[in-house]
Amino acid sequence: MTVRKNQAVLTADEKRRFVAALLELKRSGRYDSFVTTHNAFIVGDTDNGERTGHRSPSFLPWHRRFLLEFERALQEVDASVALPYWDWSTDRSIRSSLWAPDFMGGTGRSRDGQVLDGPFAASGGNWPIKVRVDGRTFLRRSLGTAVRDLPTPAEVESVLAMPTYDMAPWNSASDGFRNHLEGWRGVNLHNRVHVWVGGQMATGASPNDPVFWLHHAYIDKLWADWQRRHPGSGYLPTAGTPNVVDLGDTMKPWNDVRPADLLDHTAHYTFDAA
Amino acid sequence: MPELSRRRALTATAALATAAGAGALVQTLNAPAASASGQSRPSEHTGHQEHDRHSPAPFDEVYKGRRIQGRPASGGAHQHHGGGYAVFVDDVELHVMRNADGSWISVVSHYDPVPTPRAAARAAVDELQGAALLPFPAN
Repeated sequence: MTVRKNQAVLTADEKRRFVAALLELKRSGRYDSFVTTHNAFIVGDTDNGERTGHRSPSFLPWHRRFLLEFERALQEVDASVALPYWDWSTDRSIRSSLWAPDFMGGTGRSRDGQVLDGPFAASGGNWPIKVRVDGRTFLRRSLGTAVRDLPTPAEVESVLAMPTYDMAPWNSASDGFRNHLEGWRGVNLHNRVHVWVGGQMATGASPNDPVFWLHHAYIDKLWADWQRRHPGSGYLPTAGTPNVVDLGDTMKPWNDVRPADLLDHTAHYTFDAA
Repeated sequence: MPELSRRRALTATAALATAAGAGALVQTLNAPAASASGQSRPSEHTGHQEHDRHSPAPFDEVYKGRRIQGRPASGGAHQHHGGGYAVFVDDVELHVMRNADGSWISVVSHYDPVPTPRAAARAAVDELQGAALLPFPAN
């Protein structure tokens, strides 16, 4: 059984294996297909039209399935690997071990944002940015520049306390847990972390930065935490909502899975801590 | 270019008029003269989904050494999720999108809403640091 661990507690060997599996997916071309899929959904999901991956109730189950697909791909390279998660409310400094050269590498240089250390630095030759919206082919970051602070534990708590999963109009204007977690409204959790990291993470092609997976693995854990907090609250809406994935509707691009199939993560993985 | 822009603007206006009713679109025809008066009033962007569909006025300026332009668009080969509005950086289209609250994002700044499409274009120039934009869908 896959156990997703806090990135801060990974051993040196676990980090080495995770990085090696990422590099192999990149080398084989599989990694970039995930970037392409994400970008296609992020430009296609609109507040007043069809919306599946973002700005909609299915933001959480869509990314749960997306991460499962990615984790399975990693495990085909190395069966011991699981996705770690980054609790950015606790590991909130650019001096966190997350950004060390043996793991994600650090922030970019000021001149052009280029990441200069770690396994994904362009100078290593192993991490060409191929799925992109501009001419730059190197991984970029600007940690803590566009927004100064990552969300705090108290801000996370305020969102976990919201009892209703999602609300009409089921988009970026909604009240409720999903949209506050996604960040279009309120204290802003998920969106703010993308902005804090900067570089490709702030764009539609955000999975170009491998920290994407660690960020979303924590967003996914917060969904699980919320479910345990509110056992009487379920996924909404349940039926008949135009342009929106209801509980029993299948989701693109897979077309074989419904939110109802993804509510219980323990069928696929557990977390190292509650 | 001005002729092309005008044609595109008129086409977009006709298309939008069908969908949303012509009342909200007069300022599009009169742009840019009407641009300053109508586009940034928050009241126009809240509570009226249908009226929200009209496009902001065109703009055309040089920002940090690069030409940024915005104008109503008819869709054509691309989907314009900005509600019929297209933005260009040095003549390459930048994918932009309008949020339900009237704020805007672009594909190079997708998690950070700004008030207007011009602000999204400027944010893109800031983000690009001189790099060329690739046409979308590029991949």
